[in-house]
Amino acid sequence: MTGDRHVILRVVSKLLIPLIALYAFYVQFHGEYSPGGGFQAGVIFAVAIILYALIFGMQDTLRMIPPWFTRRLAAFGVILYAGVGFWALMGGGNYLDYDALVDEPPGGHLGQHMGIIIIELGVLFGVSGSMLSIFYAFAGRVAEIRDEDW
Amino acid sequence: MTESVVDLEVGLINVTLLILLFITAIAIARLRSLFAIVMLSGVYSLVSAVWFVALDAVDVAFTEAAVGAGISTTLMLGAMLLTVRTAKADRDASKLAPLLVCFAAGAMLIYASIDLPPYGDPNSPANSYVGAGYLERNYADIGIPNVVTSVLASYRGFDTLGEVAVVFAAGLGVVLLLGFGERSIAASTKDKEDEE
Repeated sequence: MTGDRHVILRVVSKLLIPLIALYAFYVQFHGEYSPGGGFQAGVIFAVAIILYALIFGMQDTLRMIPPWFTRRLAAFGVILYAGVGFWALMGGGNYLDYDALVDEPPGGHLGQHMGIIIIELGVLFGVSGSMLSIFYAFAGRVAEIRDEDW
Repeated sequence: MTESVVDLEVGLINVTLLILLFITAIAIARLRSLFAIVMLSGVYSLVSAVWFVALDAVDVAFTEAAVGAGISTTLMLGAMLLTVRTAKADRDASKLAPLLVCFAAGAMLIYASIDLPPYGDPNSPANSYVGAGYLERNYADIGIPNVVTSVLASYRGFDTLGEVAVVFAAGLGVVLLLGFGERSIAASTKDKEDEE
């Protein structure tokens, strides 16, 4: 903390950061009806964390989300997505054929809905984990923005 | 309201937004302070996102706002902290050749745009063939109203898997090049604690 030189910035961002993170989840789970999906949600969520790190410093951010977690999150997202494909294979369909995920009468959409929700979660984890890993790799060089940089 | 008035209004909005983009681009090219350039490139992305909304491409606009104005700006800020704060002044090289290249490329783009189908043409290639097919089949196949999501996640799920893998590989590449960050973050926070 560098005193009161950025008090307005801190107060405003303290208000906005939870809303940005919440908006990311809205974009994620409302993707069936409105623009957006896992990619945008992942990026928005990463921005909320990065904004916090830029304004409140790396130390608190690292305590909240350590770098090992972001790397594993990214890898887990890709595995989750690819895993849905193998799940469909085991159900007797083609790779990523969501109709094969569950046994349902023709015309049912449960398999499609489950498949899309899970792979969108995979995209969310993969994108936000990758973005945060990239940011940590940059931020590892210089811990914080100095006052004269603003 | 008659159709020509609506056309005029839409045209005015488009021209205003494009002029804003042009001014921002000129300002970016002329500035030397990297912080101002990073912020202006965020402004550029936001204005182009607004323009995409005006063109009814809301998904593209949303992605531009989130990626171009959001994550790029913050990552560029992080990258800026690793280097100097101002760009070097231009050497006294001739500016004639770049100007000619710009005009030539611009003229070719304008020439190519003459062949584009008119905006909103129902018979354009993008609005017929597979695009129309997805619109007709989507609700019976997938059961969700947003066609963009069902194309992205289901019809073209394999492509999206590739995209996620590309994002992951990009993150992995940066981490392998710059280091995981843990050790250097730990070192710098330790320095800070020592100072206090």
